[in-house]
Amino acid sequence: MSLDATWVVDWMRESARVLAENRAELGALDREIGDGDHGENMDRGFAAVLAGLETISADASPGGVLQKVAMTLISTIGGAAGPLYGTGLLKASDAAGTETQLDGASIVALLRAVRDGIVLRGKAEVGEKTMVDAWTPAVDAASAAESAGESPGGILRAAAEAASAGAEATEPLIARKGRASYLGERAIGHRDPGAQSTALLLQAAADAARNA
Amino acid sequence: MRHGMPEARGTNHQPEARRVGLVFVSHSARLAEGLVELARQMAPSTRLIAAGGTADGGIGTSFEAVSAALREANTGRGVVVLCDLGSAILTAATARDFLEEDSRDGVHVVDAPLVEGGVAAAVAAESGADVLAVVAAAESARQTRVAPAIPAAKEADSGIRYARTVTLTNVSGLHARPAAEFVRLANTFPAKVTVNGKDAKSLLSIMGLALMAGSSAEIVTLDASGEAAVDALADLVESGFGEERA
Repeated sequence: MSLDATWVVDWMRESARVLAENRAELGALDREIGDGDHGENMDRGFAAVLAGLETISADASPGGVLQKVAMTLISTIGGAAGPLYGTGLLKASDAAGTETQLDGASIVALLRAVRDGIVLRGKAEVGEKTMVDAWTPAVDAASAAESAGESPGGILRAAAEAASAGAEATEPLIARKGRASYLGERAIGHRDPGAQSTALLLQAAADAARNA
Repeated sequence: MRHGMPEARGTNHQPEARRVGLVFVSHSARLAEGLVELARQMAPSTRLIAAGGTADGGIGTSFEAVSAALREANTGRGVVVLCDLGSAILTAATARDFLEEDSRDGVHVVDAPLVEGGVAAAVAAESGADVLAVVAAAESARQTRVAPAIPAAKEADSGIRYARTVTLTNVSGLHARPAAEFVRLANTFPAKVTVNGKDAKSLLSIMGLALMAGSSAEIVTLDASGEAAVDALADLVESGFGEERA
């Protein structure tokens, strides 16, 4: 079984929907330890993505869709999340290349490329209370699920669950990157908003593949 | 004295073209523009470009604005980019990655305090320094508060070749503009010169001395060829920088 460009488009539509729905929650998380604009920024970025999907050509490849989404996010988010998610999705676009069908191994490679792009841009490591703390367990879980013979949908569900657990596990951490790092121990007890938006994005990816 | 108003931009591209260009990226448009205004006082012939705020005038950074600024600042001698907070650095680094390959290598995104680093970089660029020297000047802002002065006595042991002690006579001492003029002059000499133990070619070191009217400055060189530099700098201090006397 494999996923095609329709899955990427559905993933982005679902992302836009859940980010709009969770705009206030992400904003509240960010107000606690950051500058409070993460919900607004993600909603604005994915609203622009949604509008851009209208003009995407019917024969676009998964990589082509991801590239367009990445450029839109870089241009419209206006906070750290723009360059981070944008760079990650650009790397994912490179990883997908011109493939039209993504099998399990390609899905794992795509998720790994997103994570690697985010690490490249933000220079964060695991345990620094950033979105990397959601992405890395997600990639590991996806890889394990693929090795266990799971379908693309199963791989994405494993990634989404691990990302959600990873986001929750940022709560006791001290932030080492971004605005929250100025807070020192006062960041303890608060969930990282970037890790939370990653969990939402990966849940959207799994939901878009619910029949795969 | 030669410290008139900066020439109007756009009428003076020749001198600009010989200098490294600077981009100031801030979450706030007014902060970036204010820094251009401040730095221009000390670097009237350097291309200084502000890239602050989001496209709709809000707080944040705009990939398009930063990309355009990187292109506009490119004089062919390289571009140094200073940023305020984390996402400004990420946006600048991303914009750099999207430049054409031949211009990308000359663009350096520096992680240094925006105001102090920006002013130090502007003065270095104005003096004609190459792009790596401008980067170093910006980065020097990271440790200006902790660098201890080299005690003058220690230098005596290690062979002062020439020294003059002069008294600051102008009303405001070595504040930003006179300090910039002093550093610019120091940079026109190859010799290494210190002022009360601090590097005469580093704006932040000189400003960090906080020399007021009436303070004395020991201008020293360890280089055999440094006499002319010391004399020129001492004369400049004694001239009072064209300001009112204290």
